[in-house]
Order: sequence, then structure tokens, then C-alpha cells
Amino acid sequence: MEHLISLFVKAVFVENMALAFFLGMCTLLALSKKVETALGLGIAVVVVLAITVPLNNLLYQNLLKDGALQWAGLPNVDLSFLGLLSYIGVIAAVVQILEMALDKYMPALYNALGVFLPLITVNCAIMGASLFMVERDYNFSESVVYGVGAGIGWALAIAALAGIREKLKYSDVPAGLRGLGITFITVGLMSLGFMSFSGVQL
Amino acid sequence: MSEVKKVLFGPILANNPIALQILGICSALAVTSSMNVSLVMAIALTLVTAFSNFFIAIIRNYIPSSIRIIVQMIIIASLVIVVDQVLRAFAFEISKQLSVFVGLIITNCIVMGRAEAYAMKNGPGMSFLDGIGNGLGYSAMLMVVAFFRELLGAGKLFGHVVFETVQNGGWYQPNGLMLLPPSAFFVIGLIIWALRSYKKEQVEEPEFKIAANSRAQEAL
Repeated sequence: MEHLISLFVKAVFVENMALAFFLGMCTLLALSKKVETALGLGIAVVVVLAITVPLNNLLYQNLLKDGALQWAGLPNVDLSFLGLLSYIGVIAAVVQILEMALDKYMPALYNALGVFLPLITVNCAIMGASLFMVERDYNFSESVVYGVGAGIGWALAIAALAGIREKLKYSDVPAGLRGLGITFITVGLMSLGFMSFSGVQL
Repeated sequence: MSEVKKVLFGPILANNPIALQILGICSALAVTSSMNVSLVMAIALTLVTAFSNFFIAIIRNYIPSSIRIIVQMIIIASLVIVVDQVLRAFAFEISKQLSVFVGLIITNCIVMGRAEAYAMKNGPGMSFLDGIGNGLGYSAMLMVVAFFRELLGAGKLFGHVVFETVQNGGWYQPNGLMLLPPSAFFVIGLIIWALRSYKKEQVEEPEFKIAANSRAQEAL
């Protein structure tokens, strides 16, 4: 249990998806102009990560890993090269199913997330979390905790950035730096702040 | 001819994917702490973009628009698997350093963005060139960022010592911050500033105009 809690804290703060590994940067920079949209997107990312990482973990541990097909009587088969293709397929499928299910059963939530759900397929934070899970060889319960933690970390980063940018709108930025330039530097400073967590040993 | 030139070299300065289109930023930040690694990443991405554009342009008239994203994804993912396996076979050390970022070429917005914006509307030849051009724009940005980070952070270029560092008895006190992730943001931010001072038409309109200062007399 202790191990899982420390993994969670690590995924949220120390190894923050957006500010320590720069994943999901394109959406982070493009959609962080308003706190409201940023929160909507953040919640969508948490939900999708919490489903896809454990699902990909099952896929990896039971089908793709070297020797994983032992239960089917094929102990020498290594399908790990098919990983990339399968993970992205799972992610695209989950996003599609989630969109349809939400539309049918929770129209309020669907309207809130609406535009952002399809965008999530190409968010590298989702794919990145699955790849990190494979690289670090997490087991099932670890992958659940890691998926939720990574999602919350990313949501935290985009909400904080949107808060800063809403205030930054009223400041007098040099012409060439306006918009994208100053956003980059802001994220850099936030990232420096998050670096201070890196000394935390868990 | 000028069309070819525009497609091929336009994305380097005039329409840079990273500085103007906000595409493919994730990997630009994460792999630029040394020039060797960035060069491999840049070549891999250029090849994947060019070939995915080429193949998607060939079959563009046969893809039903409702499933086009999945079709594009599958083509891109297959190309990335090839690149990943080749890197593992011939450059294992670098492939270890790139870790998940080779796989993340799949979700790199440049590849998807160009497939969707250009290859779905143009012939295979021009789409191939467009892929190479955008790859070059990405590579140029990556190499410039890596140049500053490796030179100032470790005093080296491509692993060769340029500034002898203090630890090895030289004179250069390396700036450790440049090797850490946040520096990539500052370097790219400053490059965007430089680029936009040179090409004024890329400057963004402010959302909120600040009123001119009140005159000094009134303040007195």
C-alpha cells in the first residue's frame, strides 16, 4: 500500500507528465487560454488515462511481452514489436467508446467535455504514459495508480498555466514575445518550480 | 519549380512547425540535451513525416472520411515501428536514450497535422516534399536548441569537447541548468522572439490593448 501511495505522489509531482517530461505540450500550449476549458480538458485526460493505462497493461502483460503467450502454449513468441500499434489502437478505440457512452448516459458530462475528447487521441501524454508503463514494467495495480496519478499531474499543470495566462493577458509583453513566446517562458518557470520536487525521495 | 522550393524550404523560417504552427513541441523539448540524440530524432521524424505523407496521399481518394484518423494512425504507427526496430538494431545506445520518444513520433502533431492538412488534398510527389520540408523545419529548430544546450551545458558539440570545463582542468564553468528540462523552454521562447523580430508578420495580435500612459503632468 505504501509503495502505491508513493508511486502516486511521484506520478503527480516528481515525474509530472507536462512539466518534467514535456508530454502533451501541444494541447497544453494551445488550449490553456481559459481556466474553464483547461479544467474540462484536464478531467478528460484523467478519465482517459485511468482507463487506457491499465488496459494497455493487461494487453502487454498477457499478450505482447516476451514469453507472455505461455498460457496459449507458445512460450517462445515475442510480440513486443507490435506494441506501438496496439497501444494507439486501444487508445483510439477507448476514446471513441467513451464518447459514445457519455453521449448516451451522461449528456451533461459529454457536453462539458465535448470538443476535447477526440483531441485526446493525439495527446502524447496518453501514449507516453502507456509507454512509460511498459518501459518500467508495472504490474496491474501499479498501472492503475500510475494512470490516475499521471492524469492528475497533467490536469494540475494545465489548470495552473491557464490561471497564469488569464492574468498575463493584461501585461505589456514585447511584440515578438507576445502569445507563444511568453507562454514558453512561463511554462519554463513553472517547470523550474516543479524541479524542486525532484529531490524528494519516496 | 518555385512551388517545389516553397513547399520544401518554406517551413524552415516562414512557416516553422514549432515556432508558428505549435506542432510537435513535446519531443523538441525532451531530446535536445545533446546534439547526437537530436540529430537521430530529427532524421527519424523527417523520414516518418515524408513517407506517411506519401502513402496517405496515394490512398487519399479511397479513405472514407469517417475513419480517416484511424487509417492515418495505422500507417504512421507502422512506419514508426520500422524506425524503432532499425534504431534498436543499429544504434542501440541512442535508442535507449530516446526511450519512449521514438514511439511518441506516432502522436507527434507534425506527422498527423501534415497528413491531415496537406497529404489529404495533394498528390504523392508534392506531399512527400511537404513532409521533407516540415521535417527540415523541425530539424532546424531541434538542432539550434540542442546546439545551445549542449555547448553551454556541457561545453561540448556532438560529444567533442569545445570548451574545456573546470572539472577537467579547463576554464569553462558549465551551466548545469542548460542540461535540465526547463532550459529548453527558455531557449525556444527566445528563438521565437528572435524569429518574430526578424519576420514581423508572425507577431500575434494582443487580446487586450493597454491604454497609453497618462501624461507626466497629470501624475504630478
